[in-house]
Amino acid sequence: MFNEIILPVAALGSLGLILGLGLAVASKLLAVKVDPKIEQVRELLPGANCGACGYPGCDGFAKATCEGVAQVGACTVLSEEDLGEIAELLGVEAKMGERRVARVLCRGDEENCASKFEYYGVSDCRAAAMLAGGPSSCRFSCVGMMTCAKVCPFDAIYLNEVGIAEVNEAKCTGCGRCVVACPKDAIEVMDEKNITYINCRNTDKGKAVTSVCKAGCFGCTLCEKRCPQDAITMVDNLPVYDYDKCTHCGVCAVVCPKGSIALKTPITQTAVISEDPCTGCGVCKKVCPTKAIKGEPGELHVVNPDKCSACNICVEKCPEDAIELCDK
Amino acid sequence: MEGFTGIMLILLSSILVNNFVLSRFLGVCPFLGVSKRVETALGMGFAVTFVMALASVISYLVHYYILVPLNIEYMQTIAFILVIAALVQLVEMALQKLVPSLYKALGVYLPLITTNCAVLGVAIINITKEFTLIQTLFNGVGAAIGLTLAIVLFAGIRERLELSNVPEAMKGFPIALISAGLMAMAFLGFQGLI
Repeated sequence: MFNEIILPVAALGSLGLILGLGLAVASKLLAVKVDPKIEQVRELLPGANCGACGYPGCDGFAKATCEGVAQVGACTVLSEEDLGEIAELLGVEAKMGERRVARVLCRGDEENCASKFEYYGVSDCRAAAMLAGGPSSCRFSCVGMMTCAKVCPFDAIYLNEVGIAEVNEAKCTGCGRCVVACPKDAIEVMDEKNITYINCRNTDKGKAVTSVCKAGCFGCTLCEKRCPQDAITMVDNLPVYDYDKCTHCGVCAVVCPKGSIALKTPITQTAVISEDPCTGCGVCKKVCPTKAIKGEPGELHVVNPDKCSACNICVEKCPEDAIELCDK
Repeated sequence: MEGFTGIMLILLSSILVNNFVLSRFLGVCPFLGVSKRVETALGMGFAVTFVMALASVISYLVHYYILVPLNIEYMQTIAFILVIAALVQLVEMALQKLVPSLYKALGVYLPLITTNCAVLGVAIINITKEFTLIQTLFNGVGAAIGLTLAIVLFAGIRERLELSNVPEAMKGFPIALISAGLMAMAFLGFQGLI
């Protein structure tokens, strides 16, 4: 009993104990001084390890900020309070980076974009996309199996009522994990303030698009022609915005025959022409980029509020100052 | 096999003839893992050398002064692993303090020495071959030098492989494994040395 059980246990136990004590002493003697700020900053960071800052996890980012390599504002998840605290801790100026959010660029729901086949496989976009490009007839379309939502560390993506992934922009931090996960490349991370954008990824031409999707951009270039700021250029049959020029006036969204252009804030105003000063000169009709104004020469002109994007151009151009913007 | 000649023979044997990686096939994990650059390979080699020399001596002492008197030689493996694990911790702490750059370069492979069969292997071979303490020390150092030699040579080869035109399917580990096999065959040539 003693020889078989207690002795080996005691011998190995005490050996372990001695080694452990030795290590404990060594760890005191060989302790490495770590900048205590790193630990403090790490505590204030969100700890989601999302990678949006470009560093490997929050630990890496904390180290980089303490060494002055990274800007605190690069963390897109950080609340303003925490940002201020970290900035104070490090003695740097708090500068919030431009808030970026992911957006799913597709409107190809079941109604707009028919299915090629019924898919009965693993419920994962990546698996479904491998099978003849996925069940949706458009090869750029959102598959709707929520692989993006599964990888989202912030629970910001949900399936909307028409079966397409949608991002809750309040929760989204723009980390871009969904962009990587999406097999269709249907998600893009963009500045939140850019509220006008093309809601379609289909680079095909005209008929190829219209035959698969009712809501897809078929490259008619109307937005490019009508944009009062000249902010749109067509690349690969899709409009590309120059956000330095874009004023988010909403003209492109109104003129788009497919409604493919998203305007995040709805147009609440419309131009109204007053009867009294209007001479029927037709200037407003001529300048209106959305062709919302109708009227015969010499008679009162009328604005169609459904087509008016409240861009204010007619208001500025009217020689009689007869037009003003009113709430709809 | 006594005295100086014996020790030289042990060294020669453990470095070249019975090279730990290339003829005993122990310690293949760091051999493949840390052989991307010669510098890190050399660093890993030094870490292993230090651990192996210490582990050999201490495991020898543990065996002959604890296990044998208590008649519990059958606990050899556990006791040795315990000693090696503690040693690796010590080396890790020392490196972090003294050579932080090396500590960073070795990364995850340093803790991996804990479970490295090469270190345990040398400790057990020392006992089964019934070496004396001095012989044990030299066998440990020799084995580590052998491992370092193999890793550094291999890292040199892999650095060149990076630049060479390797077929797509063979890039990375496949070609590395084939080169390792060729190296092992080359080391077979030392077999007739002793």
